[in-house]
Amino acid sequence: MPLNNKETLIIMLVVTAATVFTRALPFILFPENKKTPKYIQYLGKVLPLTIVGMLVVYCLKDVSVLSGSHGIPELIAIVVIVILHLWKENTLLSIGVGTALYMFILQVFVR
Amino acid sequence: LNKRISTLKRVFPLTIPVMTGYLALGIALGILMHSKGYSMFWVIFSSTFIYAGTMQFMAIPLLASGFHPVYAFILTIMINARFMFYGISMLTKFSNTGKYKPYLIFGLTDETFSLLCATEINEDEDKGEFMCYITLLNHLYWILGSLFGYLINSLFSFNTMGIDFVLTALFVVIFIDKWKQAKSKSPLILGLVAAILSRFVFGPVNLIIPTMIIILVIVTLLKDKKEWRDL
Repeated sequence: MPLNNKETLIIMLVVTAATVFTRALPFILFPENKKTPKYIQYLGKVLPLTIVGMLVVYCLKDVSVLSGSHGIPELIAIVVIVILHLWKENTLLSIGVGTALYMFILQVFVR
Repeated sequence: LNKRISTLKRVFPLTIPVMTGYLALGIALGILMHSKGYSMFWVIFSSTFIYAGTMQFMAIPLLASGFHPVYAFILTIMINARFMFYGISMLTKFSNTGKYKPYLIFGLTDETFSLLCATEINEDEDKGEFMCYITLLNHLYWILGSLFGYLINSLFSFNTMGIDFVLTALFVVIFIDKWKQAKSKSPLILGLVAAILSRFVFGPVNLIIPTMIIILVIVTLLKDKKEWRDL
């Protein structure tokens, strides 16, 4: 835990407040049975799709192809997750096997 | 009270799929938080009050990056933006639920949203109470799952190096699911490309905000294109 308790509490509260805000906003902006603007509806469909790709990249942001393990453990694990998920379509299986494989590669071969 | 128990009995079977998912992912979160040195208090706090799995996982690198409350706020809004659209879809379903409404809004996670969407509620049912129990059970599974994970890792300490990858795996899986569902793949590719570009131009630390700006601009410019409208 890198921050002290007080700083951690503040960040946790900020994250909580922002989460509550995103969930409550539509109910504040559009009281019962008022029509939602077209542009907002459009963003509602498109943004969730664009965010997923961004989050994948965010998770891999510290991987360097030029140093360390050259991103090879990440690449292997992701390829396995993609194949397994296309084949079995079982979310928990794909996540479980992918993470376990990654941990195994890292702990046995890289360290 | 008897009426409440009978409602609970009808609600419980509906929540079983969410239960398995929440227990498993909750355990992963608990193990991760324990391995990063958080106390049990923070695990319970995070699962009870933040109650947004992706953001709880993301809070760990966020807290590790230093004390930046404004950035934390913006990042949370960006990542949780989808909840706004769940809310928009739930405006009618949550109307006239009275005292249950604030909690229904508070507990509107991805899984609870999809469950509520898929559930037809009988006319003779108190819909607020019915949806409240669904939300409450899911919330409890999540808290218990993360608590189990925390306890598992403190009882049997094992080498958790690399467990952070559970978050990457989660997003890769979501990406594949969306890829299969979406009629147009362009928004998915846009997110990837914009983020990779920002990663190399702005560096790993400041990746999110430029990425979101690029995405918003392009999405707004292309809003009249057919393949973007019909998703």
